[in-house]
Amino acid sequence: MMGDYVVPVLKILVLLNAVLVSVTFMTLLERKVIAWVQVRLGPMRVGYHGALQPIADAIKLLLKEDITPVRADKWVFTLAPIVSMVPALIAFAVIPFDREAVFFGFPIALVVADINVGLLYLVSITSIGVYGIILAGYASNSKFPLLAGLRASAQLISYEIAITMMLVSIVVMSGTLSMVGIIDAQFNARVWYVFLQPVAFVILFIGGLAETNRAPFDLPEAEQELTGGFHTEYSGMRFALFFLAEYANMIVVSAVATTLFFGGWLRPFPNVDALSWLGYVPGWVWFVLKTFVFLYLFIWIRATLPRYRYDQLMRLGWKVLIPLGIANLVVTAVLKVLL
Amino acid sequence: MTPITPYHYLVLSAALFTIGLVGVLVRRNIIIVFMSIELMLNAVNINLAAFSYQLHNAAGQVFAIFVVAVAAAEAAVGLGIILAFFRNKETLNMDDMDIMKW
Amino acid sequence: MLESVMFYALAAFILGFGVLVVTARNTVHCVLFLVANFLCVAMVYVMLGAEFLAIIQILVYAGGIVVLYLFVVMLVNLRRPPDAPVDTRRQSVVGFALAGAMLAEISAILVYSAARPVAAVATAPALPAAGNTETIGMLLYTDYLVPFELASMLLLVAMVGAILLARKDM
Repeated sequence: MMGDYVVPVLKILVLLNAVLVSVTFMTLLERKVIAWVQVRLGPMRVGYHGALQPIADAIKLLLKEDITPVRADKWVFTLAPIVSMVPALIAFAVIPFDREAVFFGFPIALVVADINVGLLYLVSITSIGVYGIILAGYASNSKFPLLAGLRASAQLISYEIAITMMLVSIVVMSGTLSMVGIIDAQFNARVWYVFLQPVAFVILFIGGLAETNRAPFDLPEAEQELTGGFHTEYSGMRFALFFLAEYANMIVVSAVATTLFFGGWLRPFPNVDALSWLGYVPGWVWFVLKTFVFLYLFIWIRATLPRYRYDQLMRLGWKVLIPLGIANLVVTAVLKVLL
Repeated sequence: MTPITPYHYLVLSAALFTIGLVGVLVRRNIIIVFMSIELMLNAVNINLAAFSYQLHNAAGQVFAIFVVAVAAAEAAVGLGIILAFFRNKETLNMDDMDIMKW
Repeated sequence: MLESVMFYALAAFILGFGVLVVTARNTVHCVLFLVANFLCVAMVYVMLGAEFLAIIQILVYAGGIVVLYLFVVMLVNLRRPPDAPVDTRRQSVVGFALAGAMLAEISAILVYSAARPVAAVATAPALPAAGNTETIGMLLYTDYLVPFELASMLLLVAMVGAILLARKDM
């Protein structure tokens, strides 16, 4: 009884707090890393070397005037940031941080819900997240946000197909849709899947960049294009919710790439016994470290690469990634049957 | 409280089907008619899933997946037709879509 | 107990959102109520133990088909000012009457079959306790392979047809 209801609620509380705090401090991380790449210092005033900058940002956004455009659809205008944020948060329900950690003598699996269609759940939650952008563009009752919203959502649903193909390749290799099961399959195979499926990892990462509207695929929300994209008419905390949703999506994509390709909580080189002293580090520390490597990669790519034009973006998604993805899937399936 | 038997799901499915049917018969906006058809297809799917649950046979769910696939195909083609028609006549009212009547 | 509460709550939401889909004035609101309806139906599928079907419902129906409807509604809204469709009264009375007749017929079937004992139907041979996805996968690729291939051809034809129909330079 208690284990059925109390423990998952506690897990959800801890996880939501951790995610929301990391998302706010990711804004600081991004500004600092991009600043160092551009040989400047970034935020330095608030706190030690700018460490409390997110708190200042939050206070500023909360105190800003909340403008709703005239004749905008009020319910949809309020709903759009919520529909953007909620799928980004509930995607964390299936991310496995560790197999088991012992708290006060109770062994607890560090995953909120290890459902046996976990991977498909993630894909379906991603496709619900598209609604936030379309509704934001529509509710602003203005031509620029509407067109930008339609463009952004077309980009998202195009790259969803490439991502789903890659996830299916991983499912073919591991034989199970459960996230914990995929990590177990990597443990049994004694090798991280990135070494067996490098093409799939690259396509997943590029698709993840496009899904989260990150550079170089961030045309729909760039300031130079379409006067700010689908969140032009949003101000204050609603605007912040869109960006927090984007960062939360980034963390989800990083966590998914870690789980599927880099062994989740497994230590590096699980088949080399000489490195077994690495096993003293808890699994969730490895997971968080690997996720942060990918988050850094996201920020690094944003600081370095120029932006794709919209038709180049769509061409890449449909004409390059999807055929590559299908080829990868076919080759994986054939090799899985033959070997 | 009576336990939930599959009959409860069948009644739910019948009610949803009727609501969709009212939408198809009463509304004039063709996009809303299409959405009401999707409601009816969902009602059928609930019916199939309920029977699959009662008879412990997954064939009901397989059939429901086929219904979803066919609904996707029908929605795509139907909306393409609506767009093509709208480009010519600028109306979404079904009463005005009568240019092939003699 | 929890199952009853969940079922009645979900049924109320499903039927409520269904009525709102059919009666809302603004088409975008109709689409949003349709999404909510589909999400609640997915929860009903989870209650019936059909978790793969629930995920497919969210992924394909709520995340694909309704996005398509929303796109079309917005592309149409771009070209015309929003105005309420005019519903002719005569046709709506006939419509309600027909729907009422259908509801009466279905209820009669349900009551009739509830009164009689259900004859033993031959169930499928019990598969080893595999998950829901594995069971559906086995059925799709062995017993129902031909409908599966036909469905894929149907989707291909629909894709080509939709692209051709929506092109501007035809």
